Amino acid sequence: MSSVPRDVTLPDPAEVLNAHSIEEIEEWMTRYPEDQKQSAVLAALSIAQHQNQGWLSTELMDAVAAKLEMAPIAVYEVASFYSMFETEPVGRHNIAICTNISCMLMGSDSIVEHCEKKFGIKLGESTPDGRIYLKVEEECLAACAGGPMMQVNHAYHTNLTPERVDEILDALD
Amino acid sequence: MSTSTNSAGPNASGLRQNQVCYTTLEYEEPWSYETYLKIGGYKAWQKILDEKLSPEDVVQIVKDSGLRGRGGAGFPTGLKWSFMPKTDPKTPGAQSYFVVNSDESEPGTCKDRDLLRFNPHALVEGMLIGSYAIRASVSYNYMRGEFMDEVYARFSQAVKDAYANGWAGKDIRGSGHDIEVIPTLGAGAYICGEETALLESLEGKKGQPRFKPPFPAGYGLYGKPTTINNTESVSSVPAIIRNGPEWFKSMGVETAGGQKCFSVSGHVASPANFEIDLGTPFSSLLELAGGMKDGIPLKAVIPGGSSVPVVPGDIMMQVNMDYDSISKVAGSMLGSGAVIVMNETTDMVQALRRISRFYYSESCGQCTPCREGTGWLYRMLSRIVEGKGVPEDIAKLEDVAGKIAGRTICALGDAAAMPVQSFVKHYRHEFEYYIEHKRSLVADKLGQAA
Ligand SMILES: Cc1cc2nc3c(=O)[nH]c(=O)nc-3n(C[C@H](O)[C@H](O)[C@H](O)COP(=O)(O)O)c2cc1C
Ligand code: SF4
Ligand code: FES
Repeated sequence: MSSVPRDVTLPDPAEVLNAHSIEEIEEWMTRYPEDQKQSAVLAALSIAQHQNQGWLSTELMDAVAAKLEMAPIAVYEVASFYSMFETEPVGRHNIAICTNISCMLMGSDSIVEHCEKKFGIKLGESTPDGRIYLKVEEECLAACAGGPMMQVNHAYHTNLTPERVDEILDALD
Repeated sequence: MSTSTNSAGPNASGLRQNQVCYTTLEYEEPWSYETYLKIGGYKAWQKILDEKLSPEDVVQIVKDSGLRGRGGAGFPTGLKWSFMPKTDPKTPGAQSYFVVNSDESEPGTCKDRDLLRFNPHALVEGMLIGSYAIRASVSYNYMRGEFMDEVYARFSQAVKDAYANGWAGKDIRGSGHDIEVIPTLGAGAYICGEETALLESLEGKKGQPRFKPPFPAGYGLYGKPTTINNTESVSSVPAIIRNGPEWFKSMGVETAGGQKCFSVSGHVASPANFEIDLGTPFSSLLELAGGMKDGIPLKAVIPGGSSVPVVPGDIMMQVNMDYDSISKVAGSMLGSGAVIVMNETTDMVQALRRISRFYYSESCGQCTPCREGTGWLYRMLSRIVEGKGVPEDIAKLEDVAGKIAGRTICALGDAAAMPVQSFVKHYRHEFEYYIEHKRSLVADKLGQAA
């Protein structure tokens, strides 16, 4: 990434981000001082990722850089630092199963095993049809008293059993 | 929409519960503005405005209450607030910030999420009062990115209600005071719970902790004076102002006032969040959580989130849930109040391996001892679990942990070291057995019993 030339021309945000995304990003920018546009970068990346079915292309990151008047490298660094950003294509339903200590004690291993078998993929992989992404081993999601638990596209599901997991995941499109 | 059901626990015990933060739980829509008014909501803020209490008066009340920070370190909240400059917020160029830490990512901890879902107005009112007390005209609540759905929506709605009813914004209720309350989100990184990493993240950067000093009260968000407090600390303030510092203090112990939210998880019958008096015996808390699941005996407890030393069950049964008792009797810490309960079937080597993986993957990589050391620890523990350990490994684990502790920019280094040191200290025989027999002592024992 350090090889990105300094004089790289950034895309026009309006050609890469849709009108809804731009509107949302601009609303986030109002939450910070005028000379601190960069503060909106986490929100902007999250909005851009949502527009693109769950992952960030270089073009999208560059558009965010242009919108927030940031160096592209600074945006790439942020995108790679935070675990909620994906910089490679992944399945469109994001499934994150917590395997941290409380959930582990409460049976998360069997939930992971069940999902891996169900979809024929390992954690960190997506199904070939691009439907399901089993996120890499997930850390604590702050719902420990409801373990084992998972997040499906940001919605929390607690007190899981394999049957409950089937119900939730079979209902996805 | 979330289908989550974990909420505060049952009220069937004799213990007094939900006096400070989880006060709205018994109502139909605990999160609504109307419900919050029913429990005396916004009366504290109104009292400050009506009676024209000064920021110093508010700081004094919080000091007198004995409130200590609920984010992990237990620092007295009123004292922290008193470090802020006394500049009038209307002075040109003066700007201070009040920042709430809702990053809640310490394994085992889920109290702030429930607070945000079920009583978001307590936090909003606390942010208004806290901002006033430290003379900040802007307050951010930084919620972890994973809260972007239900939790963020609940909190944001509460903020909207507060503005709509004149409690926040410009010239609040004709008082001349301006305070903005602003929700923000992270994007997945445990380290952003460390207060200076959180500030970096709010500035739109990687969440890497800053060197201290300078401390945030001098140089914080955007280089301006800033106070950072945990969600629960801030949410406790309205009740303290409403009911008086003595009321709060009397629910705790000599060195720490109030009730505290404990997240009880692991091998108990009814895991949940419980808000109870500081100083309540652990045995009572365990009972509140329904006792041990399936009656399998207690083996060990991590009393304050995965970063604090593990405590053998028999010692834990003599401990009271307050800062001093946990540290003096059990040699551990109250931390975030996450009580992780383990029964006799728990393989302590595997448990430690999972905890160590967490610190390895969450190290921000700035300090060599932390970046390299956490990887060493995790790989050594993995080797032992896989039956490839050698006898020297145990001493090496202790050695590496000792070389991280106290030698890093932030406390994540200590947090990675303490579990290793305590697990090896109390359960050394399990590590030795793994290395000698290439399998788990606990699994073998269970096999014999079956
Ligand atoms: C690695 C690390 C993670 C932390 N995570 C959190 C967190 O998720 N929530 C929190 O309130 N404090 C967390 N803290 C503690 C904060 O740095 C800070 O002490 C706290 O937010 C201060 O609030 P309080 O005084 O109200 O407790 C963390 C500290 C460290 C070193
Ligand atoms: S101790 Fe670890 S997490 Fe903290 S600043 Fe150093 S490398 Fe980063
Ligand atoms: S350990 Fe799984 S949600 Fe906290």
